[in-house]
Order: sequence, then C-alpha cells, then structure tokens
Amino acid sequence: MSRKILLEHADVPGIDTFPIYRQHGGYDSVEKAVKMDPMAIVEEVKTSGLRGRGGAGFSTGIKWSFLDRKSNNPRYLVCNADEGEPGTFKDRYFMEKLPHLLVEGLIVSSFALGTHTAYVYVRGEFFWIIEALEVAIAEAKAAGFLGKNILGSGFDLEIYVHPGAGAYICGEESALLESLEGKKGYPRIKPPFPAISGLFGCPTVINNVETIAAVPWIIVNGGPAYAAIGIGRSTGTKLISASGNIKKPGVYEIDMGITVEEFVMSDEFCGGLLEGRTLKAIIAGGSSVPILPAHLAFKTAAGEPRLMTYESLFDGGFASGTMMGSGGFIVLDNTACIVRNTWNFSRFYHHESCGQCSPCREGTGWLEKVLHRLEHGEGKMHDIDLLVSISKKIEGHTICALGDAAAWPVVSAVLHFREEFESHVKNRGCL
Amino acid sequence: MPKFSDASLAKVKEIIARYPEGRHKSALLPVLHMAQAEFGGWLSTETMDYVASVIGIQPIEVYEVASFYTMFELQPTGQYVLQVCHTGPCCLVGADKIIAHLESKLGIKVGDTTSDGLFTLKTVECLASCGTAPVMQLGRRYVENLTEAKLDEMIESIRGNKS
Repeated sequence: MSRKILLEHADVPGIDTFPIYRQHGGYDSVEKAVKMDPMAIVEEVKTSGLRGRGGAGFSTGIKWSFLDRKSNNPRYLVCNADEGEPGTFKDRYFMEKLPHLLVEGLIVSSFALGTHTAYVYVRGEFFWIIEALEVAIAEAKAAGFLGKNILGSGFDLEIYVHPGAGAYICGEESALLESLEGKKGYPRIKPPFPAISGLFGCPTVINNVETIAAVPWIIVNGGPAYAAIGIGRSTGTKLISASGNIKKPGVYEIDMGITVEEFVMSDEFCGGLLEGRTLKAIIAGGSSVPILPAHLAFKTAAGEPRLMTYESLFDGGFASGTMMGSGGFIVLDNTACIVRNTWNFSRFYHHESCGQCSPCREGTGWLEKVLHRLEHGEGKMHDIDLLVSISKKIEGHTICALGDAAAWPVVSAVLHFREEFESHVKNRGCL
Repeated sequence: MPKFSDASLAKVKEIIARYPEGRHKSALLPVLHMAQAEFGGWLSTETMDYVASVIGIQPIEVYEVASFYTMFELQPTGQYVLQVCHTGPCCLVGADKIIAHLESKLGIKVGDTTSDGLFTLKTVECLASCGTAPVMQLGRRYVENLTEAKLDEMIESIRGNKS
C-alpha cells in the first residue's frame, strides 16, 4: 500500500468546501506557518527533498532560496496549473477534488517567500476548475486565511486565478509569465531566471500545483518526515496519471520506490493489461520523455527491478532509461503502433511549437511530415535515419525545452523500435 | 459595435485591478474569454478592437494574442463546437474512430460546420483527460469516456431541442 499525503481526504464528501476541509485538518499548516520564521519554512522544504512535480524535478527548497529577497520590487508566487503534457491529468484531478489544499499551499508558500500576490495560471479549458478555485479563495478569505493581516500575523496575501487560452507552451515557466502579462506565450531567454527577474520584471517563484500542494504536509509533519518516504533523492509521494492500454486508468498517489511492475500490474494501481494483450512499451513521464520497450520497462539494462523514482527511471540514461517527467504514465500494448504513436506526438509538438526558434518551428514540421509518410506507406528506408538527424538538429538548439521534448520521443522510438519503422517501409504502412 | 453589459464592464474593472498599476494588459486573456462568450462565440475584428479600447491597449496587441491561442475563434462557428482530443493517449483507446464516426454522423469533415449552423467539428490537442479517454470539450465542460452511442444520443437530443 502506498500512503496518501495529497489525496488522503480526496474522497470525503464535501471536501471541496471550506467547513468540511477545515474539519479534516485543513489550513492547520497556515496556523503553524505564520508563527514561524519564513526562512525556517524554506529550510524545512529544503530538508524534505521535495522536487518540482511539473516535470523538471528541481529541488523546490533550492529554487525558493534563489529568490531575490534584497530587491526593492514586489515578489510574486505563480502556480503553474497549465497542465497540458499529453498523458498528464493529475493537477486537474487534484484541483477538482481538493481546491482548498492548493489554496492552503499557496498561503504557506507565499508566507515563506514574502510574496503578497500569488497568481494561479490555469489552463483555459478548465472552466469549472477556475470557478471552483475562485470559490475556495473566497471561502478562505471570508474565514480570515487570506486578505489583510492573516490570522492576526500582519501578513497580507491575495490570490488570483488567471485563465490560459489553449497553448501547451505556456506550461513552460517563462512563456507562462509572458502569457500572464497579456502577451503571446514566447519563452524568454535565460538568464535572467525568474527568481531574479520574473513576472513584471520582479523576483518570482513558479511552482507546479502538486509541488505547492505538498508544502502543507511538510510544514505540519516536518521536512524529515517527508524525506523519510521514498528512496534516495526521490522523496515523498508522487501523483501518477495512468492512461493507455490498462484496465484501470486514473490518478494514483504512490510512494516513490514501488516498482514499475507493481504500478502497472497490481490491482491497487493500473490493474494490469487488458485480457490477452502483452506489453509493448511504456512512456513513463508524459509524451516528452523517451519511450521504453517492454524489456526495459520493468527491469533496467542491468537487470535490476525498475522503480518509480527519478533515479531508477533515468537508469541507463537515454540509451536504456527514461525520465519521471510529469508522471504522465502511458501504457502501450501489442495492439498499439509505435510509428503511428510517434507521428501523433510529432503532430502535437508541431502544433504547439510557438514558432520563435527556427530549429523547433521548422524541425517539428519536418518530423511530422516524415513520420506521416512512414505511417501511410510512402516512407523510404533513409527516412528512418532522417528522423534521427532532424531530431539531433532540434535538440539543444532552442530557447526552451519544447524542442528537446519533440526530439526525444522520436529518437527513442527509432532506437528501440527500428524494426517496426523498417516494416512500415517494407510493407508500405501499418500491418 | 459590440458593447459589454454593465455587469461585464464592472467585471473587467475588477480583473484589471488584479494586476499592478500600469500592467492592465495582463487582463487581456480573461477579457477575451469574456468577449468570446458574450459576443457570439468568436472574436470579430470589431470585438477585438472593442476589447483593446476597454483595456486601454492597441488593437494590434489584441490581434497578435487572439491569433496565438487556440481557444479563441477568429471565424464564426456553429452553435455547438465539438472539440475532440486527438492526441496519443486518446488515440490509443479509439479517438480516431470517434472522429470518423462524428464526420459521418454530422456529414461534415473536421473543421467544418453543419449547414444548419448547429455543429462545428474540430480536433484539439491533449485536454488533460487521458484517464477518461476518448474525450471532447463542449462549451465549458468535458464529455468523457466517449462512445459512438453516447455521441449519437447527445447529437439527437440537441437536434430534437431545436426542431
């Protein structure tokens, strides 16, 4: 059994309302935090080992400690709720179930960072979540947990919800800031990093929903208690969105350290494959991470059991490993076509490329075209190496990581499933 | 010339106040969403010019943003816009078949509107609903775990209400 930290009360009827949430210990962390030294909260988060849950996996405590506190400008906390990585739907599920836990996390995090305004950038398609968050914010404010002089501490905070409008790129933190400023979502060249010059040119911390939601538990229970869960540098629990060819798609909270095999096959999580099907591949961290063939999914190249941790998923690097990413876990069985799936993802990246950097703007289009002709029986053998060649010319040559994200799924698919690509050429399409 | 209701104008003012002095341009996405909802489901040039004047920015600043984000419609649409997700995880569990079924049921291709102006069929990229795939957006909500039967029933019901 994995324990539940974020989702402990997810199924309590009415938990999305303030009174019920409060009855279950909600907002206790705010009462504790406002009596603490803000820097002690930062230290607690550092000790917890919490890492950014949006995909990059960078230490949250260290990110917080980079915030320029000497600047005379206001500081901002921005919550990235622009969930759009294919295969990922955990933040949506979480915000639908527990809007108050996000608000609570924002209050404690803002207190620690000394920010008096926090923005939650929610993907625009989530109309009902935007409304639910605004209700939760109003309820928290009416109860004295938001607004002026929170709980008599002298600390002021306002939280605003800001809708996106359908652009995957705005999940990239600097593009998100541009979007929040009312512009096109063009990623910024870094440095300067947002901690120095972010929203409106002011020091800014940007954290994913799940990251901020973990903070209340850490403050109530202590950083060491959080660090005690998981293995090595993969501390705490992680929300995994499971989809594709499995019996029980859904969002699961796991202790980091269970095996990939347990996650896929056990009834507690994915429930295994459909009857009569066999595993072909997994995509462990959303569409952007390298695909893993079945023989590398449950075991590493060295034959060790593969674990649901940042390190174990990456074991073997890009030759035989992958990444935790956002925790968007997609399972492909023997009925899935790798070429078709790779073409599909390339179309996605081409569509979502913001167009700012030419390697990505042009390259993603070429990848889509070449994959389209392979899938539709018009490909040539040399197209397979052409895919790798284009990908290598995108990777590392763009302002943001969307270019890399477009390249990795293609390179890994060719690396692990070359025969399937060749068979598409020989047989003029899918068998 | 489009014009917001008094209630909407008050809302616009409240939205602008969420951002620091001089940063009123930040209100652009929320106000464009309001405008699209209030002025017929799409953003005409007149609507975008109006939004620019209400926020206090140049029309070109509105055009470049409205044309960048896929949720903003720059052409009139049908009354009901079916936006079916066609990204990887949805396709692993049958989104392609759902889209083909809708094309045949509505007698139009993706991107088109039925001649009675009732339905527009579109495909969209990942809606973050992969666990309840296939999925589509319809207005301000999602319709999940799509099946052909479920869609048929929904379409017939909408058509029935109109006739």
